[in-house]
Amino acid sequence: MQQPSFLDELEAEAIFVIREAYAQFERPTILFSGGKDSIVVSHLAQKAFAPAGIPFALVHVDTGHNFPETLEFRDRYAKQIGAELIVGSVQDSIDRGTAQEEQGPLGNRNRIQSVTLLETIDRERIDCLMGGGRRDEEKARAKERFFSHRDAFGQWDPKNQRPELWNLFNGAKQPGEHFRVFPISNWTEMNVWHYIRREGIELPSLYFAAPRQVIWRSGSWLPVSDFITLRPTEVPSEKMIRFRTLGDITITGGIESDAVTLDQIIAEVETLRQTERGNREDDKRSESSMEERKKQGYF
Amino acid sequence: MNVLRFTTAGSVDDGKSTLIGRLLYDSKSVFIDQLDAVAASSKRRGTELDLSLLTDGLKDEREQGITIDVAYRYFATPKRNFILADTPGHVQYTRNMVTGASTADAALILIDARHGVVEQTRRHSFIAGLLGLKAVIVCVNKMDLVDFAEAAFTKVCADYEPVRQAAGLPEVHFVPLSALVGDNVVDPSAHMPWYSGPTLLALLETLEPAVPEALSDFRFPVQTVIRPRTTEHHDFRGYAGRVAGGCVTVGDRVTVWPEELEATVDGIFLGDQALQEAHYGQSVVLTLDRDVNVARGSVLTAGSTPQREALLKAKLCWLDAKGHTPGLRYEFRAHGGQGQAMIAEVERVLNLETLAYEPGTGQLETNQIAEVSVRCAQAPTTETYANQRMMGGFILVDPVRGTTVAAGMIQ
Repeated sequence: MQQPSFLDELEAEAIFVIREAYAQFERPTILFSGGKDSIVVSHLAQKAFAPAGIPFALVHVDTGHNFPETLEFRDRYAKQIGAELIVGSVQDSIDRGTAQEEQGPLGNRNRIQSVTLLETIDRERIDCLMGGGRRDEEKARAKERFFSHRDAFGQWDPKNQRPELWNLFNGAKQPGEHFRVFPISNWTEMNVWHYIRREGIELPSLYFAAPRQVIWRSGSWLPVSDFITLRPTEVPSEKMIRFRTLGDITITGGIESDAVTLDQIIAEVETLRQTERGNREDDKRSESSMEERKKQGYF
Repeated sequence: MNVLRFTTAGSVDDGKSTLIGRLLYDSKSVFIDQLDAVAASSKRRGTELDLSLLTDGLKDEREQGITIDVAYRYFATPKRNFILADTPGHVQYTRNMVTGASTADAALILIDARHGVVEQTRRHSFIAGLLGLKAVIVCVNKMDLVDFAEAAFTKVCADYEPVRQAAGLPEVHFVPLSALVGDNVVDPSAHMPWYSGPTLLALLETLEPAVPEALSDFRFPVQTVIRPRTTEHHDFRGYAGRVAGGCVTVGDRVTVWPEELEATVDGIFLGDQALQEAHYGQSVVLTLDRDVNVARGSVLTAGSTPQREALLKAKLCWLDAKGHTPGLRYEFRAHGGQGQAMIAEVERVLNLETLAYEPGTGQLETNQIAEVSVRCAQAPTTETYANQRMMGGFILVDPVRGTTVAAGMIQ
């Protein structure tokens, strides 16, 4: 079977990138969503510095609209790997007036996360955020660099990216600027799952199918929570649901599934013919929506 | 090889995006929602299902209908994983082609069967050779527009031979195909019984480009030093890096550069796992039997002596939108050292049309490729690029703006 040694190569590349981030920045951190990709990055960071401890803080942007499991997992995981946890609160930004809640029935807090993230970067003097972004996720991400430069407004300029040759990563920057670093750029969703299984990495229970209260909205099963307003025609029902990505609870749709083990998930992902972001409301707004948000400092 | 990293270069007209779209589509690497988006987008534009829309990522590119950056694509078959660096092909995007080729093992070169070998073919082949790619697949595309005639194909093969020699490409394969209708991309063509060779995908699955680094002497540039400072690992001092050439076994004698001190490797670690040996490409931590001065930029070697020169002869590709300012001090960055450097001389500049080097004027503009000498404040530890890509490549960084202005290959 070929998968294992390809995983070794992806792992070696990611560890190299993580060590470069450590060596080139003063305050490198990991943007930790509690999702599988950021968990894999944290796992790789541990591996890159063993037997020393993980030299990065975990940064979480808390929209206030969380799956309860995500917060529980986040706190436990940070403690377990011995990493400092930095939380930026979207509610605090709203209270301060630096962020404004979107109005209307489809309004959500996805877009204004960027404000809180930039405020957190400023407050904590962070100059590098490592994330679990992958180039296979979405068309705009296919052109993202391993070391992605952001200006003082956190903006990404897709037309003026630094060329990235061989594995020579250039983290030079002006004061106030920062970098986003993507160690698992070259991984696909399938590679991530195979790696999680191989390394025995623990995941939040939301990734596994369980009976959950959901409504059908915009082509996917949205979890019922205190944060969404049901429309008159929407009736909650209980389904066996699991989530392929974890984000803000108001916009992360699940899929119907019986997969309760990693092996079953891998078998399911192999046959799924929908990309994983396909159930994210935020990407469906327009053909360019991811690119627009990235330009504004979204991860 | 479990993974093949390859690059393509091409412009709108030669059907490159369609070919890649076809590879992804026919190898079942396209998801339903991606296909739905492409179908909807094609319909809005009033075209049939346009597979090229699968790969044109950025908004401006969609609007202009051109590819302007390097985009990375992933697909896998039961036999192999593929990472494709997809780049634009026009002369003004030479720097993107160079970037895409820098991480590739092989290149796809597209030729329109109606037009044969053209200037762009020569340029792409030359860049593949310059960046040290070991294998090239020449895709003779649009065979449907020349009635699938064997003569058109054999003429291209013959005409390509001088290009191959000039570009210094060791291994070249040819496939006649039609990306638009799908002949010989994934499925064999029913229209070209005279061709008995593999389809493009079959070739990609079996290609084994040479990897000289795997067999070379041991080279290990140090990224960072690991000191846990815990009770359990009180005296642990490990050197983290990725093997840039050859392999190392516990007990091997190594030399630490630039100090030129000898030591013995007494431990190799990956995470909490102790290894007996480490090979080219592996990211590991090494420990030595004695305290020597090792820091980021140090290189551990075995076998032959590495190159230790302050004045480097190199081929340089100018990447920045702003041209070279003679006399300006840049920051030199390579795995074997970092520091100030200046371009001592621009000896010859490549004419991208004739592919001949011409005397330099001291200037360097965007996309230009030149033979230069670079003077470093401190001699880095390097190899020739032809021997080891990781130890032989470097970048120059603008000292104020921080941008990567040039990429060099040590001769």
